[in-house]
Amino acid sequence: MTEPTVKNKTRLAVESRLGQRYRAELRFRSAGIAAIFISVAVLVFLIGSIAKDGVSAFSAYQLKLPVNLAEELVDPNGDGSEQSLRRGSYSRILQNSMREEFPEVSGRRNLRSLFQLYTALNSTRLMDQVLADPALVGTEYVFQLPIADDLDLYLKGMLVEDRTLPVSGTLNIEPGRRDLSLQSAESDFLELYQEIHQSLIAEATGLELRSQETRHQASLAESDEAERLTAQADGFDARAEALRAEANAPDGMLRLTSDMPSIIVETAESALKLTGLGSDGRSAQAEIVLGEAAQIQTPDWSVYVIDTPEARRRILDQQIIWTRALVERGLVEKGFNSLLFANADSREPELAGVKGALYGSILTMIITLALSMPIGVFTAVYLEEYAPKNKLTDLIEVNINNLAAVPSIVFGLLGLAVFINMFGMPRSAPLLGGLVLSLMTLPTIIIATRAALKAVPPSIRQAALGVGASQTQAVFHHVLPLAAPGILTGSIIGLARALGETAPLLMIGMVAFIADAPTLGLEGFTQPATVMPVQIFLWYDGAERAFEARTAAAILILLGLMISFNALAVYLRRKFERRW
Amino acid sequence: MTAVEAQPTVYHQEIDAENIKVAVKGVDVFYGDKQALFDVSLDIPDRGVTAFIGPSGCGKSTFLRCMNRMNDTIDGARVSGSLMIDGGEVNDPTIDPVVLRAGVGMVFQKPNPFPKSIYDNVAYGPRIHGLAATKDELDGIVEQSLRKAGLWAEVSDRLSDPGTGLSGGQQQRLVIARAIAVNPEVILMDEPCSALDPIATAKIEELIDELRENYCIIMVTHSMAQAARVSQMTAFFHLGHLVEYGPTEDIFTKPRERRTQDYITGRFG
Repeated sequence: MTEPTVKNKTRLAVESRLGQRYRAELRFRSAGIAAIFISVAVLVFLIGSIAKDGVSAFSAYQLKLPVNLAEELVDPNGDGSEQSLRRGSYSRILQNSMREEFPEVSGRRNLRSLFQLYTALNSTRLMDQVLADPALVGTEYVFQLPIADDLDLYLKGMLVEDRTLPVSGTLNIEPGRRDLSLQSAESDFLELYQEIHQSLIAEATGLELRSQETRHQASLAESDEAERLTAQADGFDARAEALRAEANAPDGMLRLTSDMPSIIVETAESALKLTGLGSDGRSAQAEIVLGEAAQIQTPDWSVYVIDTPEARRRILDQQIIWTRALVERGLVEKGFNSLLFANADSREPELAGVKGALYGSILTMIITLALSMPIGVFTAVYLEEYAPKNKLTDLIEVNINNLAAVPSIVFGLLGLAVFINMFGMPRSAPLLGGLVLSLMTLPTIIIATRAALKAVPPSIRQAALGVGASQTQAVFHHVLPLAAPGILTGSIIGLARALGETAPLLMIGMVAFIADAPTLGLEGFTQPATVMPVQIFLWYDGAERAFEARTAAAILILLGLMISFNALAVYLRRKFERRW
Repeated sequence: MTAVEAQPTVYHQEIDAENIKVAVKGVDVFYGDKQALFDVSLDIPDRGVTAFIGPSGCGKSTFLRCMNRMNDTIDGARVSGSLMIDGGEVNDPTIDPVVLRAGVGMVFQKPNPFPKSIYDNVAYGPRIHGLAATKDELDGIVEQSLRKAGLWAEVSDRLSDPGTGLSGGQQQRLVIARAIAVNPEVILMDEPCSALDPIATAKIEELIDELRENYCIIMVTHSMAQAARVSQMTAFFHLGHLVEYGPTEDIFTKPRERRTQDYITGRFG
């Protein structure tokens, strides 16, 4: 009877702990699922937010401008030679086309604003196109150019807050003393008048409150301080008074300034910018920006409001009006931003592209791959398959493992000291970058290769040796092919890391503004270049708003490169993977 | 214990001088400081199966690996003494192990075909040694080797399938085919059936029985029944010493040494 009790005891002991064991398992599994969920969520958020910012940079508003390539402007020498074509006044040609498009624009300041609808660098692009096809001289040509970056952002709705208000009354326009005087049959302007009037009164009230507070502080302060505070309060009062006067003008006409929302009345062929709003909500004063006053037709009209005041944005009301007119006339169209891929870096965001950085990255990676892969793999093969196990090889092994942990900027310093200062290699060149990055990648490849070689079962080596293969034949015929997937994966991951590296390149002058892409050829290796992560870094620093989207777009392109690299690694692993 | 170890080997009979394929005199093997084999001497006849039996760690596999210098690949292994195959000294440093191994095939415990096609597995040896001048010749060698290994009927229609896709017993026969493709004089087998099921084992044993007509086969086995079934000569190893060596029948029916008797009657091991 002793046996059953022993059995029962074991069983009881196991059963009493069973629940605890299952709970522990459940805890562990849910922790794992939670970890995966969190990392996926973070990744989705990260890529999603970059994609949201960057996707707008892949499209751009293009101005299709008909230009007259008159011979006397394009070909001043009249011989059609390249030298002559290079001396052509291409910016004049562009300016002429713009003036033709908007004949009503006059005055130096207004014209300058008009010519800011595109960047002046486009004249060089026009010249390049004429040089590429001299048959264009003397013809009418539709030149496609990107619209200025701020206007591009405006058209994408990223620069200002705006709205279009519905109108109901018919509009009557009469010439006034300085401005045109507008009269609507219904109170179409009332809402706007009230909005602006109220915000003026609110601002005035705010100033008066601050003035009271300041005066209260002054009453408690020392004499010097009190004097200063009183003066400040007087200032507030004066400004509040001015605002109230502005809001309640004696003639019932509220004057619009550049600190207030811009209100534009648009008709079929013309645009009027309001300069004053009547308190009756029906009358207004305006100046004409687009079209001729005599030709204004009023049956169809609408009110377009730009809530962001002119003083707080980089583009003028008239530039917005011209741009809208160009869109209306079908001269501005949204298209794929091919310049993002066709151009190298530029000071003007609308002309800036990743081509230079992409080519630089490709050239740098070629050098890195060509150096680090063979050296790394053969080092690993020697250490793993041939080298005797002694103190020297142990020392080498420890050092290789340490090299993998060295901060990458140290490799940059090494490159600067050795390759530039000692060997006098060209700065900023993909050759140099590739050398430095391969130093950085080598330990990764060696370690990955050794791990892959170690994973090949010794039975394969023995089998080969048993048939009479030499050590080298055993390695090259059997061990290396079996280790290939692991080697490739390790190498590609090492290369992908090198592709995303910025710090070591900082030291060797690859962080620079380089406006020409290196050629994809032998000479490209020594031409100044930059790489994708550096381009991202430079654009991130760019002053123009439009660089913001381009930074995100460049990140997306780099991510795309990385993902295709990793996909390649997975594909190669699958392809060469053999089971034994 | 030392007294027991010092006992000399018991030999049942001399082998005909003309029939000696492998002659071993005073072989010691060291792994670092540890001695794994003590003064082993024996003569192995040609065209027959010689089995090495003994408990685990007795040095029988180590001894087998001396014959094609596979011990060279182990760090810190040292072999001394004389080991002649056909009158040629194996341990002579001027002998290239590659040349030696081309003449001494080896089959391992676990089937280890290359992760390549069946054809490439068998053709590998002839290819690296340059035994076939033409593709036809190579095809001939592959077919013959597979026939000799009794695998041709099963795989002749799928020579390009991976060798690793075969069953365990087929893989082991493939490995034997691979070994005989280079036409060796001696085939070493290190427990060739220990990873196989009884049916596959029976097939391999049958194959060994056929092969002994043409080759000198030396096998290590854990199964005394197997040794009794397929071998003509048996050597019993214990703790690094060759205890007793003689015709299989004699060893199993009239062992002269106490330890041999204890081992084959199952008292230890």
